This record gives sequence, structure tokens and C-alpha cells, in this order.
Amino acid sequence: MKRKIAVVPCSGIGKSLGAAAREAAYVLTEDLRPEKTKVVALSLLVMGDEEARRGVEGGEAIAIDGCKLECAAKGLASAGASKVHKVAIFDCIRRHRGLKPEGVCDLNEDGLKLARAAAHEAAKIVDDLDEEGHHA
Amino acid sequence: MPDLPKKKVGLIACSGEEMPEGTVTRRAVRKVLETLRPDDTVTLCLPLFLAGGEGERAFAKCYPTIAVDGCDKRCAARATEKYSAKPVASIVVTDIAKERGCGAIGTARRLNERGLRLADAVAEKIVQETDRQLKKKPGECAGKAPGGKC
Repeated sequence: MKRKIAVVPCSGIGKSLGAAAREAAYVLTEDLRPEKTKVVALSLLVMGDEEARRGVEGGEAIAIDGCKLECAAKGLASAGASKVHKVAIFDCIRRHRGLKPEGVCDLNEDGLKLARAAAHEAAKIVDDLDEEGHHA
Repeated sequence: MPDLPKKKVGLIACSGEEMPEGTVTRRAVRKVLETLRPDDTVTLCLPLFLAGGEGERAFAKCYPTIAVDGCDKRCAARATEKYSAKPVASIVVTDIAKERGCGAIGTARRLNERGLRLADAVAEKIVQETDRQLKKKPGECAGKAPGGKC
């Protein structure tokens, strides 16, 4: 049985882009590719939670980061992911000019659109990995 | 007199993405920051804190912090203590939910009405701890006191 691909969004609480990263992870794992992906909490991963690390170690994973500091990607790398595929919300918004995401707990419609766009980018990564059989 | 920086309390939410209680921590912390105590609090970003954010770590060394965790693994509290200093208070959402007799609170993506009320209760608890740190008099806090049912 194939292991699900770990998806780790940044936990950014200060800006809308962090909230969009979190929402994108839910769109991907609940709506777009629920059979192939699962959310792993960044805080658990970085604090060394064994179960969280087991779900990541040695496999390819997807980081969805809100800012250039790329905390989720760094967290995945330090937890032993064999390869970290990055989805950067701060790049994604450049490809969708005109969107003005606002809110943290409750994203506005533009924030939700941005999250969906990022989730579709991540879904493409999942499909590519699936074709290559890399997350087995 | 020198112009000393105002004393503020740093709030660190675990934000646990896997569980609804993590979402409660975010909502509660944002409510305190935006509405209940905007002049007295700042939020510290836990992943940035863990990833070596110097500003975050320095703040937590010099100012009081309140860790708000979704579960008893207490990632926010442990991380703060490990990288800076012990938080002055550690709030755990599952403890408050138990005290209040909460049932299901929705999903990590979308809290239900009970989840939203639980977040309000956690926010009030954060306010109490913040005021205690800043030695504010009781009664300045808006909204209901915690302790009711979800």
C-alpha cells in the first residue's frame, strides 16, 4: 500500500498568505487529492513527534509556505523527507495578479481563490509523483 | 526619563493543522490580538520561532509569553521554553474543552458553532493571563467570563 504524501503548510498566524497556505493544504487533502495526501502539523514535526516524523521520513513531501522564510520546507527537510516539493504562496500570488487576500482566521474570497490556485499547483505535483510512483 | 518600550505579552499558538483544537488556538489568539487586547499583545509565529527567527526568540527571552496549545503535546509551550524562556502561562484547548463539556467542535478547516464558542472562551482565558502579567484591574475585559458551557 502506498503511503500518503505528507503535506505541510506553514503555520503563519500573522499574515493572510500564511492562512492561504493552510487553506490550500485543506483544499488539496480534503477536496482535490484526499486519497493520496494527508496534512501533517508543522509544530509536531519540528518538535520531533515520532508519529509525525514517521509519516514523513524517507518519503517525498509537499511544503506550502506563505513567506520566503519557508518554514514548512525547512521543517520537512529536517524531519528527513527524501525530497521536498515547494509550493510558494508568495510566488503563486504573482501568477494571479489582482487577488488581494485579506484576513487570517477568515480569509476573504480572494484569499480562498489564491488557496485554491495553490492547491491545484500542489495537486499537479501529486499527480506527477503518482505517475512516477515516487511516494510508494 | 528614557522612553522605554511598552511591556507587551507575546502569544504563541500551536496552530496544529491536523486538529480542530489547533484552529481554535489560532482563532483565539487572533481575537485577543485584533479585538480584546490589541495594545497589549503581539503574536509570535511558532514555525518562524522554531526555524530560528531571531526577532521571535529575542522577544520571548525579554518579554512574557503565553503559549496556547491545542493538545497536551504542548508544542508551543515546549518550543518557547526550549528556544527562549519558559512561558508565563500555558493554555491547553483540550483542557478548557473538557472543563466546559464541549462535544465535537468541527474540523480543522471549519469550526462549528461550539468550536467558535470554545475559541471565545480560550480568548478570554488568554486575556485573563495577559492582564495578570500586565497587572491590569479586573473588569476591563469585554465579553463573557470563561467557565460556561459550549
